[in-house]
Amino acid sequence: MSVSLSLTVNDEAVNAQVDARTLLVDFIRNNLALTGTHVGCDTGQCGACTVLVDGNAVKACTILAVQANGSKITTIEGLAKNGELHPMQAAFKDCHGLQCGFCTPGMVLSAIDLVQRHPDADEATIRAELEGNLCRCTGYQNIVKAIAQGAAAMRG
Amino acid sequence: MYAFEYQRPKSVADAVAALAKSGGKALAGGQSLVGAMKLRLANPGTIVDLSGIAELRGIKKEGDAIVIGALTTHAEVASSSVVKQSIPALAAVAEGIGDRQVRNRGTLGGSIANNDPAADYPAAVLALGATVHTNKRKIIADDFFKGMYETALAADEIITAVSFPVPKKAAYMKFPQPASRFALVGVFVAQTGGGTRVAVTGAAPHVHRASTIEAALSKSFTADAAKAVKIPADHLNNDIHGSAAYRAHLVSVMASRAVAAAG
Ligand SMILES: Cc1cc2nc3c(=O)[nH]c(=O)nc-3n(C[C@H](O)[C@H](O)[C@H](O)COP(=O)(O)OP(=O)(O)OC[C@H]3O[C@@H](n4cnc5c(N)ncnc54)[C@H](O)[C@@H]3O)c2cc1C
Ligand code: FES
Ligand code: FES
Repeated sequence: MSVSLSLTVNDEAVNAQVDARTLLVDFIRNNLALTGTHVGCDTGQCGACTVLVDGNAVKACTILAVQANGSKITTIEGLAKNGELHPMQAAFKDCHGLQCGFCTPGMVLSAIDLVQRHPDADEATIRAELEGNLCRCTGYQNIVKAIAQGAAAMRG
Repeated sequence: MYAFEYQRPKSVADAVAALAKSGGKALAGGQSLVGAMKLRLANPGTIVDLSGIAELRGIKKEGDAIVIGALTTHAEVASSSVVKQSIPALAAVAEGIGDRQVRNRGTLGGSIANNDPAADYPAAVLALGATVHTNKRKIIADDFFKGMYETALAADEIITAVSFPVPKKAAYMKFPQPASRFALVGVFVAQTGGGTRVAVTGAAPHVHRASTIEAALSKSFTADAAKAVKIPADHLNNDIHGSAAYRAHLVSVMASRAVAAAG
């Protein structure tokens, strides 16, 4: 069955007709060609597909596109403004918070959700809140460092 | 995933009618159902998305109980000041489910309707002696959980809310399976108006009360009393994550830790 979608993606209005069984992540990657949102596991475990739906981090491989109908979606492509990296992206670059980069878009979006709720998050909180994001490269040390630095930058 | 028809009703009555007519399945956050559909373990011909039904959301205090709408997310329960004040153990259960992304989407109603053998909420609902409200009746927790992934719900019945009586004391301790964060064994201990209740998840094919621990704690509500109870391993889950004997041991250990945490 085909359903019509009307949502906002990275501040732009999007209208589309999709099969109801389309996953949000496939809609973002295939229909909108925003391939920064990655698919690591496709089973809800790794968090590589994390996007913000109305400001909340969500695994886009574990919801249908139609469940996001009417929502405001932010993907990694929507963070930089006027060619300037978002403070959290800048912190990941600065702290070398990535190696292969596959997990990074999901990490950055989870980090932004985290900082919205815990602006002063300490290391333990950052680690606990990253439960849903796996990284196979870095050992997490620099990711945690980057998020602490990004949080400070977001506090201004 | 197989194709399906999609509907998004605006009221409980319309959702029930849509389920009855189509023989389809309700969709809450999708945190269990979408995964099952991707694996083709679930194959509903029609999906009735409950997310447009405002009356299914929200948390309120009603007399001596906290009433939580079925569509309320784990994140909302975890951060609710009403829940944290009245039943902090319940807020802690919600905060301990899966990870942030799952808590942002997963719902109370979806969790207990799904009745995963290792899910956390069923233990809280059973130990607190909660009542499950549906579109047509009220079901006490002791009658709600029927078996592995099985509940008392009819195919066209929707959970609208769960009413949790405020306990005197309560705590939940989970030994998480480190990859999935589901409970290898989780034990919820509560001192309620109806006596001491202990519910165990993860250990057996479905959530159940640990009557021997309840009896020991009714005599002496101490961590030692819980720990001294020997749980038989027969009929407990035995898999790559833990043997039945290991789980049996964990039940007493988690119960004693929960008693210590309840104070
Ligand atoms: C990575 C991951 C980790 C997780 N870890 C944990 C964990 O540690 N502990 C834990 O307990 N759970 C865990 N979960 C499961 C999670 O808690 C889900 O939120 C929960 O199982 C239900 O999901 P949902 O609310 O999105 O319901 P859905 O997936 O939408 O629905 C689940 C089932 O409930 C039915 N249903 C939904 N709402 C209603 C209603 N109001 N009335 C009647 N039937 C209804 C649906 O038809 C379906 O059969 C995890 C899930 C994931 C993906
Ligand atoms: S791809 Fe979605 S959680 Fe791994
Ligand atoms: S940088 Fe490679 S998976 Fe995280």
